[in-house]
Amino acid sequence: MGMTITEKILAAHAGRDKVYPGELIIADVDIALGNDVTAPIAIKEFEKTGAKKVFDKDKIVLVPDHFTPNKDIASAEHCRILRDFAKKYGITHYFEIGEVGIEHVLLPEQGIVLPGEVVIGADSHTCTYGALGAFSTGVGSTDLAAAMVEGKAWFKVPETIKFVYTGKLKKWVSGKDLILYTIGKIGVDGALYKAMEFTGPALKYVDMAGRFSMANMAIEAGAKNGIFIPDSITEEYVSRRAKKKYTFYDSDSDASYSDVIKINTDGIELQVACPNLPENVKPVSELRDVELDQVVIGSCTNGRIEDFRIAARIMKGQKIAKYLRCIIIPGSQSVYLEALNEGLLEIFIKAGAAVSAPTCGPCLGGHMGILASGEKALATTNRNFVGRMGHPKSKVYLSGPAVAAASAVKGKIVSPEEVLK
Amino acid sequence: MFKGKAWKFGNDINTDEIIPARYLNSSDPVELAKHCMEDADPDFPRKISKGDIIIGGKNFGCGSSREHAPISIKAAGISCVIAVSFARIFFRNAFNMGLPIFNCPEAVEDIKEGDEIQVSPETGLIKNLTKGMEYKANPIPEFMRDLLKAGGLMKYVTAQTKKKSERNK
Repeated sequence: MGMTITEKILAAHAGRDKVYPGELIIADVDIALGNDVTAPIAIKEFEKTGAKKVFDKDKIVLVPDHFTPNKDIASAEHCRILRDFAKKYGITHYFEIGEVGIEHVLLPEQGIVLPGEVVIGADSHTCTYGALGAFSTGVGSTDLAAAMVEGKAWFKVPETIKFVYTGKLKKWVSGKDLILYTIGKIGVDGALYKAMEFTGPALKYVDMAGRFSMANMAIEAGAKNGIFIPDSITEEYVSRRAKKKYTFYDSDSDASYSDVIKINTDGIELQVACPNLPENVKPVSELRDVELDQVVIGSCTNGRIEDFRIAARIMKGQKIAKYLRCIIIPGSQSVYLEALNEGLLEIFIKAGAAVSAPTCGPCLGGHMGILASGEKALATTNRNFVGRMGHPKSKVYLSGPAVAAASAVKGKIVSPEEVLK
Repeated sequence: MFKGKAWKFGNDINTDEIIPARYLNSSDPVELAKHCMEDADPDFPRKISKGDIIIGGKNFGCGSSREHAPISIKAAGISCVIAVSFARIFFRNAFNMGLPIFNCPEAVEDIKEGDEIQVSPETGLIKNLTKGMEYKANPIPEFMRDLLKAGGLMKYVTAQTKKKSERNK
């Protein structure tokens, strides 16, 4: 019996020839990541162990991205804990404001995470790096602390569900629409504890940005990790960025799967997840008269240059609807600079959108666009739970950048055709 | 042995409901406890007594990796959580933090809010003292019991670190 890509990566990092689903293993970690919400707890726990040094100063990454630029005094104190720790232990990958981006946009872009690696992060969307063909999963602060000491983490080897996407993509349909459609089909616990392996000929039409969106939201189906088999699209992205060696793994043809789910993409329209769960997915054409107070385009799901190019194509020469706040948040400083150089920011600003420095900000109701009671927002983010973006009585809808941009112009949820006709 | 009143919640109770992000600028357990389950039930922290038990549906704790979620539940005085199933990261965090959790669909279905519940962590036996019923939770896997025995993940790692440094002396 062969192995899946997830099993192969875990076996290689556990010093084993083979691992089996359900087995508990201890694996070496290539990158251990924390942010300004989760790392302070990890750092306190780290100090309690009495450890004199970190396992490897090049393999710990600290990204103050959630409540930054510091939204209040308490957040400033948290960020200082990260900064002091980075100074004390000489952490290579600490990112100060001015160079920081949203962690899951930043790390792949900087070539810090690479195919074939085992990555843990005290952030649930750490599963994003599966787009590169890495095993990557979210953990808590305590797991991060243990990894900072020992460079290891324990895992239960997950069973894998194989998703096979066939067909073509309709105009404007992106990776975000495919993953929303998939979560709508299997539910928010449809892949609980499992690996989601994304395969099939349709994925050659999904660029790296779209693949990051898909792997990013594996957690919204309860999955341990989402993973792509690396190909020429991966190689093109990684080869320009990597500063160390990396490995492409592939699943064996006789690997075993707990389920195989076939999805024909030909009929998939632009998708919107309605409140209050990412599984409440409908095609945009079925939503009528959902009036909006706010649109957010950005986040670790859709904060890449490709996303802003799509939004700009729709917003060019248009005006944001009256009384609607449209907030554009580039995912990193390089994305920001590219968007500036390509003239995208000018399009957004002329349309009447606000452009912010990179931050997770409103996605988790932190800052930079919090909702009042009864308000509705459409966001290119990943969660629409109760109170996610502010008041518990506010509502969040999720979509890709095309629907978000068009809806910002029209003031209600619409498809891009409504703006460009 | 855990003993307390049952507080029932539905399916897919997520970390934003357990501890909303607007409170994540603190990691102080006492502060977090004040807002435990706030967006699912705003009065929850004031209603409960020490030892009470949360009963959840499927996929309890889905969403963020914030350890603040099990920390706030534990600090609020909840002795354990019984649910149909737990989200993966919450499951991991609960064990690492020392918050006992039990999978038991049968108990979740039968227990009504306010029932007096007693749980034995050793056997996984759940007793409904109000109804005179018993339910058997899935036993905790051996590996997880070892972690709990050490007093949580960090105590385990601290012990390993001390062992190593003594060996090097």
